[in-house]
Amino acid sequence: MKQSVSFKLNNQNVSVEVNGDESLLTIIRTYLDKTGTKFGCGLGDCGACTVLIDNEAARSCMILIEDVANKEIITIEGLATGEILHPIQKAFITLDALQCGFCTPGMIMNALGLLIKNPTPTRNEIINGMEDNLCRCGSYNRIVEAIEMAAKEMNKKVKI
Amino acid sequence: MKPDKIDQLYFSDVNEPIKFDRREFLKKLGGGIIVVFCIGKLSLLDGWGKNEAVDELNFNAYLRVKENGRVNCYTGKIEMGQGIITSLAQVLAEELEVPISSVDMIMGDTDLCPYDAGTWGSLTTRFADPVIRAAAAEARETLLNLAAEKLHINEDQLTIKEGVIFDINNPSKKITYAEITKGKKIVKTLTKKPEIKKAKDFKIIGTPIISTDALAKVTGKAQYSGDIKLPGMVYATVVRPTVYGAKKLKVDASALSDFEGVALIEDGDLVAVVHTSLETANKAAKKVKVIWDAPKATSNTDSIFQYLEDQITESSVFKEAGDLLIGKQISIRIIDGKYYDGYKAHAPMETHSATCYFEGDKLIIWASTQTPFGLRDQLVNALHTSTEKVQVKQIFTGGGFGGKIYNKQAIEAALISKSCGKPVQLVWSRKEEFMYDRFRPAAVMNVTSGVDNKGKLTLWDFDIYCAGTRGTSLFYGIENNRTRMFNEKNVRGDSHTNSLNNVSVHPFGTGAWRAPGNNSTTFARESHIDVTAHKIGIDPLEFRLNNLNHKNMTATLKLAAENFGWKKPKKEGHGYGIALGEDAGTCVAIIAEVFVNKNTGEVQPIRVVCAQDMGQVVNPLGATVQTEGGITMGLGYALFEEVEFNGGNLKTRNFKNYEITKFSKTPEITCIFRDKMDSKPEGGGEPAIICVGGAIANAVFDACGARVNRMPITPERILNELNKT
Repeated sequence: MKQSVSFKLNNQNVSVEVNGDESLLTIIRTYLDKTGTKFGCGLGDCGACTVLIDNEAARSCMILIEDVANKEIITIEGLATGEILHPIQKAFITLDALQCGFCTPGMIMNALGLLIKNPTPTRNEIINGMEDNLCRCGSYNRIVEAIEMAAKEMNKKVKI
Repeated sequence: MKPDKIDQLYFSDVNEPIKFDRREFLKKLGGGIIVVFCIGKLSLLDGWGKNEAVDELNFNAYLRVKENGRVNCYTGKIEMGQGIITSLAQVLAEELEVPISSVDMIMGDTDLCPYDAGTWGSLTTRFADPVIRAAAAEARETLLNLAAEKLHINEDQLTIKEGVIFDINNPSKKITYAEITKGKKIVKTLTKKPEIKKAKDFKIIGTPIISTDALAKVTGKAQYSGDIKLPGMVYATVVRPTVYGAKKLKVDASALSDFEGVALIEDGDLVAVVHTSLETANKAAKKVKVIWDAPKATSNTDSIFQYLEDQITESSVFKEAGDLLIGKQISIRIIDGKYYDGYKAHAPMETHSATCYFEGDKLIIWASTQTPFGLRDQLVNALHTSTEKVQVKQIFTGGGFGGKIYNKQAIEAALISKSCGKPVQLVWSRKEEFMYDRFRPAAVMNVTSGVDNKGKLTLWDFDIYCAGTRGTSLFYGIENNRTRMFNEKNVRGDSHTNSLNNVSVHPFGTGAWRAPGNNSTTFARESHIDVTAHKIGIDPLEFRLNNLNHKNMTATLKLAAENFGWKKPKKEGHGYGIALGEDAGTCVAIIAEVFVNKNTGEVQPIRVVCAQDMGQVVNPLGATVQTEGGITMGLGYALFEEVEFNGGNLKTRNFKNYEITKFSKTPEITCIFRDKMDSKPEGGGEPAIICVGGAIANAVFDACGARVNRMPITPERILNELNKT
């Protein structure tokens, strides 16, 4: 039984014909061709598939597509405004906070979810908030610093 | 591997150019200036290729200055996070006098790039750098030549800046690379040793450069093998046994009739289903019932060490000097130790993936692999076809660490595609990744050391099971020593596999894991050096400095100790630990500080200082990131990672039961490189990780008195040791 599920993906309305029990990750990657979001484990253990759902970071591999009807999804592709990168993306580049890059989209989306909830996190709050996103190349320290840097930049913008 | 031989090669070995006319693909390139460079019989491949003919054909790098002034650099190496997409472009830009932003790296495409045996062994910077620099230097000379002709100026009067050649005395007389190359196709081969730049003239080498692929990676544009979508493509799911090595007896696929559009593929022991929907393929695969004949378990997580010692009874001497008996006689203390290391997974974030299709009878494939050319050969065999009928394309790889050199997933994808006649994508699940990884082998090291009344090491007897000899050449001065590797006689042993009668002694696949073998043996050696120092009451730093017989290692250790502040007072429950090691030409000294909770046995790494002598550092930022990464990853094998199994039945199936280093366990890390810009570059991807196990083990002992001789150093093992004392 196919059903139609509509939601917003990176500020655009989309509608997909699905069974309903597919994961959001599968739909984003294979139906909607947004492959920036990665499959790392399919079990919610690694965070490579993290996206924002209504401004909250979520593991897209653990979410059924029918449960995102009418919600707003942001993926890594929806972060930059044209050529202008999001402060978190900029900070990841500036601090070289990545190696193979496979965990990077999930890291950035999880960081964004964290900073939306808590715009001025302490170092420990960043570590706790990021703890379940895995990076095998070992870029953790640089990622923490990038999030600190991005938080400062984002807070500056709010004040203006 | 033959690192000893390869270490001797450098620019001095430049000689006979290859006969490039046999290379069809040069024709495929457009206009511009193409420089082909090889080091002939003494090529990087010498002794690594499967046959002589391949060795001779090999040319190691070429570059093309295009008609728009941009430069393509072609290399058989691949990018998997180690940063060579940046550092290779950096050395090219240096020699060719162009901005790094005008260099495009074409990597690992088997139709376009020169042959390369594989991206492994921390070899790229050591051996691809020199050839690319030489090719770029030759291109620079050619361009200068042509500019002199065009501008009617003597070559000596010309200078270059950012791709523009101009008259030193009259900068308005100038010509760009683009203008020179326009409408030309010049193919040059190197006939003489090129003039490469001296370190004092470097503008780009030695300066920190941010990864050139960072933008693609933070925007989600970077493509990996599972990100390719082809028209008419189907997703494949392989039906797996629960036990490694099981053979197929019978397949019952009757339940597949419930799934519309599903096809079953059977090819020997390979059973798979394909469907245009990924999730349907996954669901359908679960319904295929296969009866497997599984091999019987002969060992498990705990019995494996005794099993290895019992099974492997033959040995060969790797290095020896003096006389062990005399060593024993002159020692005032003789100390025995036994050290163990369990199986470790590579666990890259990207599971093995491949996407492929047939264009006529030619297979085109994108695969997460460290060995595109090796994969091509494997596919030629598997498909019973010829080299021209397989092309492996350039793609990013999401971490390799030695685990992506075997390419099982790509062969499966190709066979399935051939069988179903459609483009196929195969992405292994995390469970498959943990089952078909070629694990770092479990290892046993037996050590006997002796020391005299002056605190000098007098005896070193080192027996290695299943960790190879890489990095075991002694840098301590010990007159009477022997290092033996246990392996079947006449079997060329390495650190990856150990066979008896051509059957592996390990219950599942084993292979190269970032600095193969060296993590296990360095852990054993450096633990035992500490044990010996403590037995005679000498500070471990002083003991090492007293016994080192290696100038660079001594300097590296001193650098680490100064930066760490070895004499700094420790907080309650904190401990310091040192480990030294040598890998891929690089000397490493790591000093770690940990806190151990004596009630729970839990270890918190506090800080790590790593000093390295890695010769010339091309990209100090990239080298730092690599070193930090190696240390962070290394904490995993030291403290958490252990593959659990009963025979080929792997209990470790996901990150819930295979803990790797996480944010909260990452200490403050400081990396220092000895200043050696005039030297040749040494390895950078692997060396640092080898010292993590030993440094942590020694720091844990210093913090709480628990000497844990088996990695990972888990809370349980620490508490066990504490209860003994």
